[in-house]
Amino acid sequence: MATKLNFSERTIKFQREADPEWARQVSEHPGCERLFSCLQCGSCTGTCPLSIYMDYGPRRIIGLAREGFRKEVLNSQTIWLCASCYSCAVHCPQQIHITDVMYNLKREAVRSHLYPKRFAIPVLAQEFYNVVRRNGRTSEFLVVLRMALRTNPLVLFTMWRSGLDLLRTGRLKLLSEKLKHVPFLPKEDA
Amino acid sequence: MPQDYSYFPGCSLRGTGVAYDESVRALFALLDLKLHELPDWNCCGATSYMSIDEGSAFVLSARNLSLAGQAKHGDLVTPCSACFLVLKKTQDYVEHYPAIATKVQQGLQAEGLPPLNGVRVRHPLEILYNDVGLDRIKQASVRPWRGAPLACYYGCQLVRPYCDSDEQQTPTHMEEVLKAAGIPTVEYALKTKCCGGSLTGTIPAVGQRLNYIILKEAIRKGAGAIVTVCPLCQYNLDAYQADIRKSTGEAIDIPVLYFSQVLGWAMGADPKALGMQRSIAGKKTIKQWFAASEREEKAHV
Repeated sequence: MATKLNFSERTIKFQREADPEWARQVSEHPGCERLFSCLQCGSCTGTCPLSIYMDYGPRRIIGLAREGFRKEVLNSQTIWLCASCYSCAVHCPQQIHITDVMYNLKREAVRSHLYPKRFAIPVLAQEFYNVVRRNGRTSEFLVVLRMALRTNPLVLFTMWRSGLDLLRTGRLKLLSEKLKHVPFLPKEDA
Repeated sequence: MPQDYSYFPGCSLRGTGVAYDESVRALFALLDLKLHELPDWNCCGATSYMSIDEGSAFVLSARNLSLAGQAKHGDLVTPCSACFLVLKKTQDYVEHYPAIATKVQQGLQAEGLPPLNGVRVRHPLEILYNDVGLDRIKQASVRPWRGAPLACYYGCQLVRPYCDSDEQQTPTHMEEVLKAAGIPTVEYALKTKCCGGSLTGTIPAVGQRLNYIILKEAIRKGAGAIVTVCPLCQYNLDAYQADIRKSTGEAIDIPVLYFSQVLGWAMGADPKALGMQRSIAGKKTIKQWFAASEREEKAHV
């Protein structure tokens, strides 16, 4: 299949649009200290099981982040496709905790509402967060249901088979467990 | 004398991973290891909570560590790989970042809980390997294995980045423990490749593709089943095989079990007590194992 060139999609980044101060702030966060030591070797993208589905890939995200291209990074699907498997982090020759950089970027994307809208992954994370804050424990059923209602309720129809299998084998808990004492957690970042 | 451990099952072991909870309890009882469940434990936060709010994520997970310190039953055992990683990560960050340590300290104090005292977080597989030892596992294994060799699948969170006793990319503890129990295994290069975690729920096409690769390679290697150490890996590999059959047109049907189920079975436990009836894929294969072993046991009597 021939690749169709899309001229409306700008691929050149201009230095004047970058915000080096933001990059510096990112690098000051716990776990992100070694951001500027990246060699752009690509070990992270090579080992990432999800890089082929990403809009940028881990190497480019690290490259964009350290130059200060805030909007591109926070608006990307890449940071959310990261499944937190730590393969990049253990392979990085510069010991950059790439997984923790991704977490930091996810949190800022949520705080500043820059994540792709109706994208299921950040919505799932938010619903997980809400259920755990309310009950102290998570419920797979409740979190998936709430995610589907906020993104695309039709997706529930594609889940009936695995749902039924789980119900039949006693693995689907419809009611959520609640702690005797739900810990009070001060909201810091959100 | 039985050895005592604090036990943190985690949320998955109350839902989709209930067979993991059942089989770990049965296996530990067989080996005279006592599990004391933490009172009123909470969610570890997994990967999702940390994606929204870091400060309270560490307090949330530290609460379980503090409860374990208070319970004084010794090391904290958690079978779920995600819980294992998050608890270890919390200890690591509290140790290295004073600002996080202060936040966690204040959070625990507000809950009337004692400060963290460095309780050791451990996984049941590592306890079998180091505390029980291969010799005792060999002695305790009474049922001979008649099925095909198994593929040991570790996934990511248990071995990366906080694995303190096995290799990060090519771990071997599971193979060694199964071998001691007389169960053969296959060479399996994808043993630490990620299953995609919750991607099967959020972007099914991508999540299922990752699982298809892991399943397909195990079948190609002639494995009779896949053995896992993580409730999410087990769920992903087990529950979506019908969907994967439909999308790929390939006849994929292979049991996906927990290492604790396979070992408990080798040590003579009742399959129901190990939650083996809760498997979704490869039901026929599992039934054949049971029938073969029952015939053999009857012949011996």
